[in-house]
Amino acid sequence: MNDALFAPLRNGQALSLGRVPDLAPAEFRAAVVGAVRDGRRLACLCAGPDLDLYAVLAGDRDGLLLAARTRLDAPRYPALTPDCPQAHLFERELAEQFGIVPEGHPWFKPVRYHASWAPGRDAWGRTGPIDPAVTEFYQVKGEEVHEVAVGPVHAGVIEPGHFRFQCHGETVFHLEIALGYQHRGVERALAGGPRPLSLKHAETAAGDSTAAHAWAYCRTLEGLAGVGVPPRSDRVRGVALELERAANHTGDLGALAGDVGFLPTASFCGRIRGDWLNLTAEACGSRLGRDWLRPGGLRFDLEARRAKAMVERLERAWADTRDAVELMWGASSVLNRFEAAGAVDPIQARDVGLVGVAARACGIDQDVRQDHPFGPYAEHPVATALAESGNVHARAWVRWMELEESHRFLRSALESLAWGEPDPRPGPLPPLAPEHLCVALVEGWRGEALHLAVTDGQGRFRRYKIVDPSFHNWFGLALALRGEQISDFPLCNKSFNLSYCGHDL
Amino acid sequence: MIHILLSRWRQGHRTLPYPKTLPALPERFRGRPEFTKGACAEDCRACAQACPTEAVRLGPEGLRLDLGRCLFCAACADACPPQALRFTGDHRLAARLREELVQSPDQELRLAEALGRDLRRVLGRSLKLRVVSAGGCNGCEVDVNVLGTLAWDAGRFGIQFVASPRHADGLVLCGPVTANMALAVRKTYDAVPGPKIVVAVGACAISGGPYLHQEEQLGGAAAAGLPVDLFIPGCPPHPVTILDGLLRLLGRL
Repeated sequence: MNDALFAPLRNGQALSLGRVPDLAPAEFRAAVVGAVRDGRRLACLCAGPDLDLYAVLAGDRDGLLLAARTRLDAPRYPALTPDCPQAHLFERELAEQFGIVPEGHPWFKPVRYHASWAPGRDAWGRTGPIDPAVTEFYQVKGEEVHEVAVGPVHAGVIEPGHFRFQCHGETVFHLEIALGYQHRGVERALAGGPRPLSLKHAETAAGDSTAAHAWAYCRTLEGLAGVGVPPRSDRVRGVALELERAANHTGDLGALAGDVGFLPTASFCGRIRGDWLNLTAEACGSRLGRDWLRPGGLRFDLEARRAKAMVERLERAWADTRDAVELMWGASSVLNRFEAAGAVDPIQARDVGLVGVAARACGIDQDVRQDHPFGPYAEHPVATALAESGNVHARAWVRWMELEESHRFLRSALESLAWGEPDPRPGPLPPLAPEHLCVALVEGWRGEALHLAVTDGQGRFRRYKIVDPSFHNWFGLALALRGEQISDFPLCNKSFNLSYCGHDL
Repeated sequence: MIHILLSRWRQGHRTLPYPKTLPALPERFRGRPEFTKGACAEDCRACAQACPTEAVRLGPEGLRLDLGRCLFCAACADACPPQALRFTGDHRLAARLREELVQSPDQELRLAEALGRDLRRVLGRSLKLRVVSAGGCNGCEVDVNVLGTLAWDAGRFGIQFVASPRHADGLVLCGPVTANMALAVRKTYDAVPGPKIVVAVGACAISGGPYLHQEEQLGGAAAAGLPVDLFIPGCPPHPVTILDGLLRLLGRL
């Protein structure tokens, strides 16, 4: 094992930069590649503004995060991707952001189509304006092979992205996904912070995952400021995260039913998703959980009477959800369609580093709440939902089992919150530790949301990195489409339901 | 089949009776802000300093709150020592003109007026809209989409969200319009046959919202060159706020 080359840290723990091993570039590469070969997962690989690279590896079996860094002499280094496919998008990202060239990268294209943050240093030597998704797409040539291009504005009310299918008749040989249309500069806005708007930038990194990203942001700050959160507040944060999961899983199961033409579940779930969101609004005034969490604790506590009232509404929402979803599981036409579409090979899933629902649907036993417990989850664990077949059915089934767990967690959390006094609203945090690194992971409804902060000598963010679960998983959707019919794309896409804005930041 | 019928019976009819009765909004819902006139202490700038998007300003003409920039985080109200500023439960926020979103203690918010007679004759009973997300966080998008579910059933009012701009009478724009979406937004607008309308939903689409200082975006629909007919503030606006705006535009409220 290569673990000795890394600094171990716990989820949410800050570490002085002096204690993060500063490896030589070749050593860094060998250490990361070796650790991934030994079963560690590359949770984050990113660059800082001074030709510095950071890697965070997750040891999901032993609750450990491993961090290392290196400093490059020149803006180039031998790419990790040929030996470590999990690094593939990370290396394209750091090339685009800081003009650092990972030499020998087999798929070297921009990720979001924006100008380099390092003035005068562009990994592709571009000087003119940069147009989104203008790149050389992978092409399959041959008689009767044709290309289908879709997006950025596609037939359906979803976010923009560009999809290129290489097809032979109905069969998809290959799908390439080009994103970046939603790039609005989240990470650049966070650099130099924290500022009053920083929490908003975290909340809107992926607006349907407000609780997950707000929590990860708060924990990053709390780690750097050395502040603990009272248990009651932590439990309320758990309620925020599980309500978000319940709402989105319900909506997704309904949308999956809709995509195979099973309308009763589709219409019921469309409405019930709103009932879950309204529970969040009951607690904090916003259906998406905006302004609920705040560094140090909460902006809105759940007082005993409110928690008590919410238990009743929770049970109603759950009864409706169960009724609507069980209807779908009893329909053979639905199961037939779900089981025949969108299979991802478990070995490939591991190789490319899938996270969250998509990973667990391939039998990969990985959930931040279980592996790197945070907030209330150490004392109040949730069971990890697993399926094996890696297809649409597996992803739907994992969601359903997680919904059951979320309901169980919510019920017991709300019942315990129905007693006792709310925590006082937190004051401003003390200054953040200078020259520190902090990593916080939160299991959002799509999967692992990772926030990494590196502070400068004044305790400001020298680098703030967000890894939305979608960043890991978009490639999984491309894999799921191989050999499928192009007409099954909407169903496969919905079964992943990835975030465009979370990827594009 | 029998299970579907039983479920249908159990789940019942749940379309909200809006606009006949207003759905119960949560106690902590933050709607239209309200000022207590003359309560401000001399030289106090607490609200303006607390606002993360400079929506609250204290200029020579006094206090101004720009709903187009407001994220309804209530940091201003929290910071106000005499509590001269508070967020009410009033969900009606939409306006026809950008400058009407700038509120002052002496001026009531002028709610959106209906479209002119000619336009109403064409669009009043059937309004098909294409939603375009241009750097939105999927917050406004989901709360617009929700109007199509059977809880709100916007189809009752002839309002429908369609998949193609060719089938649409107008655009609903979410997000600050990223530089990377500017061309696509323009092309989508051009693809909508006239007469057409543009609705800007959420702080991002009105002013850039939390991203107003980022050069990766243009600062909303109007800044991107679209003629906006309706501005619906919020981060994101509640579905009832969006529906209220659309119905006012059609002269149905």
